[in-house]
Amino acid sequence: MSAAGADRGRRAARTAAEGAPERTPAPGRAGAGAAVRAEAADCGGEGGGSAAVRTAPAESASAGPRLPRRAWLPRADPAGKLLAAVLVAAGLIPVVDPVTSGVVLAAGLGLLPFSGLGRARLAALGVPLLLMGASIGLVNLVFGEEGPMGALGAAVRLLAIALPSMLAAVTSDPTDMADSLVQRLRVPERPAIAVLAALRLIPLLAEQWRTLGRARRARGLDSGGNPARAAAVFTGKAFALLVRSIRIGTLLAMAMDARGFAGGPRSHARLSRWRTADTALLAGTLALLAAAHAVSAAAGTWTPLTF
Amino acid sequence: MTPARGGARVELAGWGWRHSGRSRWSLRGVDLLIEPGERVLLLGASGAGKSTLLHAMAGLTGESGAVSGDEEGRLRIDGGPAAASRGGVALVSQDPETQLVMARSGDDAAFGPENLGLERAEIWARVREALEEVGFGYGPDRPTAALSGGEKQRLVLAGALAMRPRLLLLDEPTANLDRAGAARVRRVLEHLLRSSEATMVLVEHRVAEVVGDAANADEAGEAVADLVDRVVVVEPGAGVVADGEPAAVFAGHGRSLADQGVWVPGREPRPSVRPGAAGPAVIEAAGCTARAPGGIGLLGAPGAPVLHGVDAAVHPGTATALTGPNGAGKSTLLGLLAGLDAPQDGTVAPRGRLAGVSTRPLAKWPARRLARHVGTVFQHAEDQFVTGSVRDELAFAPRRAGLSEGETRRRVDELLERLRLTGLADVHPFTLSGGEKRRLSVATALSSGASHAPDVLLLDEPTFGQDTRTWRELVELLSELRADGRAVVTATHDAALLRCFTDVEIGLSGGYARPPAARSEAGAALLADRPPSARSRERSGSGPDGRNDADGAHRSPPGADADRCGERGRRRVSGRGEGERR
Repeated sequence: MSAAGADRGRRAARTAAEGAPERTPAPGRAGAGAAVRAEAADCGGEGGGSAAVRTAPAESASAGPRLPRRAWLPRADPAGKLLAAVLVAAGLIPVVDPVTSGVVLAAGLGLLPFSGLGRARLAALGVPLLLMGASIGLVNLVFGEEGPMGALGAAVRLLAIALPSMLAAVTSDPTDMADSLVQRLRVPERPAIAVLAALRLIPLLAEQWRTLGRARRARGLDSGGNPARAAAVFTGKAFALLVRSIRIGTLLAMAMDARGFAGGPRSHARLSRWRTADTALLAGTLALLAAAHAVSAAAGTWTPLTF
Repeated sequence: MTPARGGARVELAGWGWRHSGRSRWSLRGVDLLIEPGERVLLLGASGAGKSTLLHAMAGLTGESGAVSGDEEGRLRIDGGPAAASRGGVALVSQDPETQLVMARSGDDAAFGPENLGLERAEIWARVREALEEVGFGYGPDRPTAALSGGEKQRLVLAGALAMRPRLLLLDEPTANLDRAGAARVRRVLEHLLRSSEATMVLVEHRVAEVVGDAANADEAGEAVADLVDRVVVVEPGAGVVADGEPAAVFAGHGRSLADQGVWVPGREPRPSVRPGAAGPAVIEAAGCTARAPGGIGLLGAPGAPVLHGVDAAVHPGTATALTGPNGAGKSTLLGLLAGLDAPQDGTVAPRGRLAGVSTRPLAKWPARRLARHVGTVFQHAEDQFVTGSVRDELAFAPRRAGLSEGETRRRVDELLERLRLTGLADVHPFTLSGGEKRRLSVATALSSGASHAPDVLLLDEPTFGQDTRTWRELVELLSELRADGRAVVTATHDAALLRCFTDVEIGLSGGYARPPAARSEAGAALLADRPPSARSRERSGSGPDGRNDADGAHRSPPGADADRCGERGRRRVSGRGEGERR
């Protein structure tokens, strides 16, 4: 079963398992998908078949890394994950000792097997995070007044706060995240959709950046290893990219307006569902924070933030 | 099954539009009545404000609209202001990239219905229906990023249909697509017109795409069906100057439209082209493999392979065309031949005359040297502008080459003259019109070469979106360069360019190159001298040099080109060609 198929299956299962929500009758999302695919197979012919073959490699290039949808964390409600991350930050900012943060960090690391992230992605995300923690620790060790314990506390606290936010971000599909923020947390709809639309443009702009670089080489402009000239070339490219991105943004805004985005109440094609597991995630986060503070207090290491 | 229930009635009275900050009205005094269910083709010279008129009908102008400017007169859709009928009106523009909103196809088609505030069940029923209607071959979870250009545009169309518009506005909907993608979209439109009652207004500068005519079959020999039953011609600053059935309008106004640069069936431009004398290859690509750039940062997946072991040779005095559907690797191969990118595997090396400059692989040449010998013109002209005025753009390369101010000015003036940009010397390049930008981008590439042009000129879709006047000028300029012994390489899907100005065609599909095919007698002579078997033997055997001498000089027979570009062109060309050879 392909990833997309699995995804459809999951959605279908979710719809079936939870019964019809407010008003989702038979032609749910999954049903629609199957019907359209069947239709496509029927009308196949020249276009359909060759098109499918042609775009097969493109998909692997641009669809980006797929999360295995069966992992627990990617299935959790994005708003719930964000809230949990915010709770962790709120719970750890007032304490500076390494024990309280260490307990939370350990729990966060314990979530990694459920994140569905492959080893390569974990490394790609983890290495910068560890470097950040190490440099904060080092700076505090050298220049701080709290000694080694304070430095360790600063590093561990940073990691303990950053890890949940990062997990919330990378294990959530942006569309699901926007749906959830809008429907759960009442985030204003238009900015959320605008951010989604802008996300779609990032690969376009990355491509544009490469094109601008090549175009400058074609004009005889390159840094030739000279940092001053490299800076000048960079500035020129950045300006050209800005002009282009404004142009693209304007066109996209027009297209969205033409599709009725400009005014009036919107409805939601996708229903963001809050499940027991999401409530459990929040409750668990609170319990974890309480436990972390308790353990640290019991060990006599609990240190509040002082100015 | 009908996407629209009934059509809208569009009424314009004394309507006019002026872009903010401009003194000239792009359109003025437009009086037009479009009855429900009519299919109207809106024609006019480029810059005549056709797109703006469509945007106004889509309700994008006015107080809260995305397009700002001064509006006068009256525009009513079904008796009300255009902004009020948003949702009942759908707009499909040229570039699908800037019209898709969501990451998943189904979600994107659902975007319009969501904005209309429809119930969830109704939204998905409409999405399913619309996707079927456009023959979208995938499920709704298909990532939009994984679609080809033609598929994206069909998805855009589905998104418009899902709103069940009473008025469908199409702004060159097939302009950015390759031939297969455009044909598919056109078929969907034909089908729609039979099944839907919506009023349709279409802007399309390639008229043959939408107006049926027995004599006017597309490349596949397939007759093009009528997409429109009425043609309205607008003139900048004026209003409607012609209005009626397609045949009548083209009979009465065909000449003046053609003079204004509109692609009128039967009045296509007939450039006069001169053949070149082919010589031994100056750039040779052997066994080139290339991958698309990967995703952003460490998280990105590696890029998909775009080219697989492709061979290609660039000969002076020869026009080589790289063809194939979007995504076949045309632009990638062009970038390799231009020395802008290095292949992952294989070599792109200078040969013959260019090997005399340096024998290093082209991608390793310093930019300044590369620009002097190999010029590249990008698809989007704006990408290659690096200064703030037309004059500075053209003076950029000569100054960097260390020419004196006087010599630089002389060269710049000559190029300005040659490309009809003299009056625009002090204008910012970004403010030029599309045709002017294209001419300037070609001029910048010419400005860097010794004796007024680089040895090799590579152009990515140079004729894309150009009106007949710019098109003709470009073809004639390129043909001059070829006659001067320059190598001209284009990546293109412009059938007219292939017909009028191509010696050798290298067809690409799925990253593989077909053996070069001759498109002219000169091309045939060139290819006949070097049969494919001999080429592969040479490649596996001898070193980089040596082989060039073996090629010997190539002669192009008289009248090699110009063939189907019109009799006038042919006679003139063969006369000149022979004269040159004597």
